[in-house]
Amino acid sequence: MRYSALAVLKEGLTGNRGWTPVWRKPEPKPHYDVVIVGGGGHGLATAYYLAKTYGITNVAVLEKSYLGSGNVGRNTTLIRSNYLLPQNIAFYERSMQLWEGLAQDLNYNTMVSQRGILNIVHSDGQRNAYVRRGNAMRLAGVDAVLLDREDVRKYLPTADFDNARFPIRGALLQPRGGTVRHDAVAWGYARGADMRGVDIIEHCEVTGFRIEDGSIKGVETSRGFIGAGKVGLAVAGSSSRVGQMAGLRLPIEAHVIQAFVTEGLKPVIDHVVTFGAGHFYVSQSDKGGLVFGGDLDGYNSYAQRGNLPVMEDVAEGGLALFPNLSRLRILRNWAGLLDMSMDGSPIIDKTPVDGLYLNCGWCYGGFKATPASGAGFAHLIARDEPDDYIGAYRLDRYARGALLDEKGVGAQPNLH
Amino acid sequence: MRITCPYCGERDFQEFTYLGADIERPDPNAPDAENAFFDYVYMRENPAGPFAELWYHSGGCRSWLRVRRDTRTHEISSTALAKASEQGGGA
Repeated sequence: MRYSALAVLKEGLTGNRGWTPVWRKPEPKPHYDVVIVGGGGHGLATAYYLAKTYGITNVAVLEKSYLGSGNVGRNTTLIRSNYLLPQNIAFYERSMQLWEGLAQDLNYNTMVSQRGILNIVHSDGQRNAYVRRGNAMRLAGVDAVLLDREDVRKYLPTADFDNARFPIRGALLQPRGGTVRHDAVAWGYARGADMRGVDIIEHCEVTGFRIEDGSIKGVETSRGFIGAGKVGLAVAGSSSRVGQMAGLRLPIEAHVIQAFVTEGLKPVIDHVVTFGAGHFYVSQSDKGGLVFGGDLDGYNSYAQRGNLPVMEDVAEGGLALFPNLSRLRILRNWAGLLDMSMDGSPIIDKTPVDGLYLNCGWCYGGFKATPASGAGFAHLIARDEPDDYIGAYRLDRYARGALLDEKGVGAQPNLH
Repeated sequence: MRITCPYCGERDFQEFTYLGADIERPDPNAPDAENAFFDYVYMRENPAGPFAELWYHSGGCRSWLRVRRDTRTHEISSTALAKASEQGGGA
């Protein structure tokens, strides 16, 4: 059913008895044209664009748990396109533009809130680095504004501007950056795909691949064999494990990153803010809780939980920036499994197996990429060639030396 | 997480710096050195389970350690000095 103000009014007056489930719960069919492995944001977006843009509707999305149980429901909901490398700017700006029209496109309220993201500057050297980044963004047509100290004061009146060690000197602002309701992204894409005929099959774990003469024939799952003309992998932190079943060895390490939410407050931080001298970034949710995070724990992990010293480090960073938050209680913390690539940039490409496509390497930044990743991956699967935005994200770029190392730290995933 | 250093005893993991997978550096004079180094630098087994890795006790005795740890539970089953073993002591 289509959502509208009129529908809300009508249902409100008639006891809300007419709402229907947002997606069906179909049994798997014996064969699909395309099977997407992974019912997270990227997998669901891929299925949606396959159906909507390319008319490929005989598609299944297989999710081993319930829909939205992985990173799409575990991230800190930020969107931004403030990158430095031209390939990344183009891709993430494409994603930003899709975010801006997403609620209308999906007819689903994804609560896109472009409240602006401020990267705080604490030194002259850091300002120079952000001037360079801001100029790169503006050359690519992306919005970027350099703020001085007094400008920042208008945005963040409660920040500690005269911290003895890390005084605030300014900030790089991307006004169009912001947050999105992450669960709604999963549900909205699932609904849009389902409405066009895509089967979303939850609690269906892929246990193997059937490959004959170098071509994919289907997937073995916990609910039996499912035949497929093409298979797309969008399994984020499980990429190495799932890839191994298809004989792939990937430039990926699994790492862990934590996130936190405090008790609810009245509005206190109106924007997304990143601390420039430590590992801390924050935004305030619509419920009032401060949602914040920091850096990776720093070692390989599949545990989906982090260690306490990182929590302490993140909290210290937060208090250096906002001392007025010192008595806030943290309600929850959790961790997500990251598919850290060896240069910090993603991979969307074909694989050596004919008909098997790969989408991985999103590091700690996959959420903001969801629409462009889905659109690009769908194009790749439908047309067997990359679209205008994902062409740099090739699997063989490591062998060719064509790295996309935004931070310039080399093949050390825990430093990206 | 706590790591038992052979010199310093059980210490908080924050005293240590993480390198990553404990893999042998290829022979640069081997005929297939280019491929071997590509594999060494970029490709990873990335297992979910027991994992051999290298930690440097930068906040202590400054020794490189070979640690065997389960990536699903963070449980450490063994720790040894890297230089005591035969291969890759300079890692």
